[in-house]
Amino acid sequence: MTFADTEEEEPEIEQASDPSVIIKNAVTTKDLSVYFNKRPAIENINIKIKRNSVTAIIGPSGCGKSTFLRSLNMMHDMTPKAQVFGEIFIHGENIMDFNTVDLRKKVGMVFQKPNPFPTMSIYENVTAGFRLNGIGSRKEHDIIVEKNLVSAGLWDEVRDRLKTPALSLSGGQQQRLCIARTIAVNPEIILMDEPTSALDPVSSSKIEELIYNLKKDYTIVIVTHNMQQAARVSDQTAFFYTGRLVEISKTRKMFTNPKEILTEEYVTGKFG
Amino acid sequence: MTAEKVFKNPANLKRRKFVNSLMIFLCVVSSVLTILPLLYIFIYTTQSGISALNIDFFTKLPKPVGETGGGMANAIVGSGILIGIGGLIGIPIGILGGIYIAEYSKSFLAGVIKFTTDVLSGVPSIVVGIFAYGVVVLSMQSFSALAGGFALGILMIPTVTKITEEMLKLVPQSLREASLALGVSRWKTTLKVVLKTASSGIITGVLLAIARAAGETAPLLFTAFGNSFWQTRLDQPIAALPLQIFVYAISPYEDWHRQAWAGAFVLIFLVFVVNFLVRFVTRNKYS
Repeated sequence: MTFADTEEEEPEIEQASDPSVIIKNAVTTKDLSVYFNKRPAIENINIKIKRNSVTAIIGPSGCGKSTFLRSLNMMHDMTPKAQVFGEIFIHGENIMDFNTVDLRKKVGMVFQKPNPFPTMSIYENVTAGFRLNGIGSRKEHDIIVEKNLVSAGLWDEVRDRLKTPALSLSGGQQQRLCIARTIAVNPEIILMDEPTSALDPVSSSKIEELIYNLKKDYTIVIVTHNMQQAARVSDQTAFFYTGRLVEISKTRKMFTNPKEILTEEYVTGKFG
Repeated sequence: MTAEKVFKNPANLKRRKFVNSLMIFLCVVSSVLTILPLLYIFIYTTQSGISALNIDFFTKLPKPVGETGGGMANAIVGSGILIGIGGLIGIPIGILGGIYIAEYSKSFLAGVIKFTTDVLSGVPSIVVGIFAYGVVVLSMQSFSALAGGFALGILMIPTVTKITEEMLKLVPQSLREASLALGVSRWKTTLKVVLKTASSGIITGVLLAIARAAGETAPLLFTAFGNSFWQTRLDQPIAALPLQIFVYAISPYEDWHRQAWAGAFVLIFLVFVVNFLVRFVTRNKYS
């Protein structure tokens, strides 16, 4: 998996309009801007994300990382007075052509704080995407539960108590349950919004391991405040600052030899 | 003053300990004062009412003036019917209105509904009775169970709406987002995640509304009107416990007074039983 180096990256914006490039990438954004109350949160973001890669998004608080992430599955629909401009392509298809519900089945999301459904058991949480839509038989659910809990690395810990409330799990387990719930509906892309910031180091490292394993089957975009985490899990890293994309490069390059001075100052801890 | 001095200053510490215990004492006194009237009502009603309670009270019709005995069977059934009609009108409208305000509060209409609900909850129940009289009784040319139920239903709406709204707003936004992010539509999310998560609080509100409606007398005076005979038709005047209690309590007959107390006891007891049953049936298996 190679990402454009400095020399190749220059014509990136022109390339983005080329349909073949758009289809090849899991996510392509063209001049994506999001406004809250007519004030820009992110402006003119152009990004390409390859299939089966992990992309980390870093930057100081309020730089628009989460705003960018949430625009990919149209979560801004829920926010009053949010406006989205520009184009987003998921595997070559403009997301405006999707119905929101179908888009979100393709683009799953894991949130900062583990948010299992409190009225449901572990079993019911994993199959929530099916149950809430009234899909699948009991037998199919059984298979879905085992398969996805195994993928999320939680099966051995909970196999004997699938019927117990999801809230009886620890924070780290809850977050892995949420990941199981997300991958159960077979998305193509998984968005993670600081998935480990509410967890202890041991639970965090389990999630990071999981991200590494999930890369085989999914394209992952992860927002993180933790630069070590970005360095550990991602293939490419995007650095956002005050609503703009400052730099996007291969992760190794980003942390050793960034193009921009601003990036270098941020990753070395001079500000932020 | 250094931190050490603050911690070691005995006068300061004594004062703080005193204020602390004083506040706890005041809290305890207040809670006792809250429970006391309820206990007193319960004990007094039981004492005065239990002597007139017998099988006849639940199975017989009221006896004419001068004859002893008889019961309030028709009023008990009548109250059930009235609350049933009221609930059918008030609970769905209240819950749906609450959902609209809580989940779609951006819209202008939601603001209007919210304001109207607040005003409606302040309208005296007798005014609602007059309204039901004007709308239902006059157009049907008869006092009726429907008119009484209609009045009770209108009285239930603001309570149910308010509590539904408040309970739904307590459901964390992250649960809505979790559901939406799984590709679940907005209305299914509202129904199966948000409403379900808030259900125990909403049930409490509904029970409160039912209990209130069960004890309402004023709006029934010129809607349900009361009836000394068996009547289960919805377009005819119907008996109700609070009405019967009212009539008996202001009568000059000793026997009727005792029966009024028994009626009050039964009313409280029934509300208690309904509360208990609904809570038992709808209890959340995970809390």
